[in-house]
Amino acid sequence: MFKIRKIKDKLSLKIILIIAISFNLLLIVNFILLSVKSEKIFESNSLFSLLLGGNWQPLGGEFGLKYFIAGTLFVTFLSIMLAAPLGILCSIFLAEYAPKKISVLSKSIIDIFAGIPSVVYGIWGVICIVPAVAGVAHKLFGLNITGYSLLSASVVLSIMIFPIITNIVIELIEFVPQELREVSYSLGATRWQTVKHVVIRKIYPGIIAAIILGLSRAFGETMAVMMVAGNVAAMPRNVFDPVYTLSALIANNYGEMMSIPLYDSAVMFVSLVLLVTVVLFNSIARIIIHRIMKNGIK
Amino acid sequence: MIDNGHITIKNLNVYYGKEHALKDVSIAIPDKKITAIIGPSGCGKSTLLKSMNRLVDCMDNVRYTGKIFVDGEDMLDPEVEVIHLRKKMGLLLQKPYPLPMSIFDNIAYGPRIHGIKKKKELTEIVEHYLKEVALWDEVKNRLNSPASMLSIGQQQRLCLARGLAVKPEVILCDEPTSSLDPISSQHIERKFIELKNDYTIILVTHVLRQAKKLADYVIFMYLGELIEHGPAEQLFNDPQHELTKGYIKGVFT
Repeated sequence: MFKIRKIKDKLSLKIILIIAISFNLLLIVNFILLSVKSEKIFESNSLFSLLLGGNWQPLGGEFGLKYFIAGTLFVTFLSIMLAAPLGILCSIFLAEYAPKKISVLSKSIIDIFAGIPSVVYGIWGVICIVPAVAGVAHKLFGLNITGYSLLSASVVLSIMIFPIITNIVIELIEFVPQELREVSYSLGATRWQTVKHVVIRKIYPGIIAAIILGLSRAFGETMAVMMVAGNVAAMPRNVFDPVYTLSALIANNYGEMMSIPLYDSAVMFVSLVLLVTVVLFNSIARIIIHRIMKNGIK
Repeated sequence: MIDNGHITIKNLNVYYGKEHALKDVSIAIPDKKITAIIGPSGCGKSTLLKSMNRLVDCMDNVRYTGKIFVDGEDMLDPEVEVIHLRKKMGLLLQKPYPLPMSIFDNIAYGPRIHGIKKKKELTEIVEHYLKEVALWDEVKNRLNSPASMLSIGQQQRLCLARGLAVKPEVILCDEPTSSLDPISSQHIERKFIELKNDYTIILVTHVLRQAKKLADYVIFMYLGELIEHGPAEQLFNDPQHELTKGYIKGVFT
């Protein structure tokens, strides 16, 4: 009897271990696969011409990603600039000021926001945001545009990354010991002074990490962005111009790429760029958050 | 006698949700003395202490009735300016909680909040209060390093200095030596004896030895009720109530 139990114990441990390791391996396998597949593109193109070239003409063998990279960066940073202040202020309100009932309710609503499929956000963007942006551009600047633009994509995206930032920052704020607030109050500080000088200061690195996590989500988000960004490979002159992101490029070209030489390799390379960037962003953010939770903050 | 104390508490009741944490407590805390609040854990010592500067406000579902007069002003009056009254009460907690900033900024935090901006003035304040708690020589060369780098004992002295820097009239202490080693505890205890010339000190402690050594006046509490209070000598040598006798003899803790 005892022996069988012992074997079962060892076996279950091994199985769990294998499953855990294989998930990690998946990332590495993915990376290697993409690297191998995108190798061919380097036979005729340098890394420099791929990343900075402005011509995307697969038929002519030109695979310059400049405008796609620029589009991705613009969308990512503009959406973060919209989402980060809102998310941080919202989490301060929910964790520090709001009555418990409101805070619990709001947190579950924010969780739901995080789980809505991105295509739904995309449709919502097409129906609401795109016409609104077109209207604003026309009223304020006299521009006649469709509304499919950098701004629309950023607004939709900022609402998608808002829950990520808010959730993390709430968790960090709740992690700050109550006694630290008591100390600040007892010195005669107001609530806002306490939040500003003590709570925020204590979790400052964590807020940066939350923003980086938001960035990495924004960077790779495909569907919703593709639906509202306009997808024109050119440098946007203002926020009302359309943009084309790397992720949208992959999604839009995946079907037709087989027939043209090097096309598949180029698309694989784009995926590789996305994968590496997102993994890098995420790792940095996770390390920062992990350190805070472990050591407290110095 | 209830009217002439620095802090006078009248019929204070505190409830946490349905739990009745303090039951009709009335007491006058003597001026410029060390008053120890003793009693078994869960008897409401900390609640009584934190009522005095309205830190109980920060807890969920808290409700209170009664009056706490500090210099004739009722702390519990909803109209009162709590922020200004809290400043009169320094606070020292069980563990040191340095603010997430440098040693210098920890001391300067209070004065800065109350409007002192000049670097020179702040420097003087920081030096003065660090000397006051005998920490200056140990930290004068690293005022800009994070306060969390100090040892626990040093941190607790820093916290005391930080509290003193806003010039309180009262120092509220919640078992301030419970996380310290014996030598650091002695530092703090000796400091209290010096400080009672200028401050009213209220000390929650579960160490009877400490209460005997430091206190001029003792309050004994049990399950949210004020059982007995009086001058230390009288209370320790000739307790009137059976519960007090039992607690002092160590029948229950």
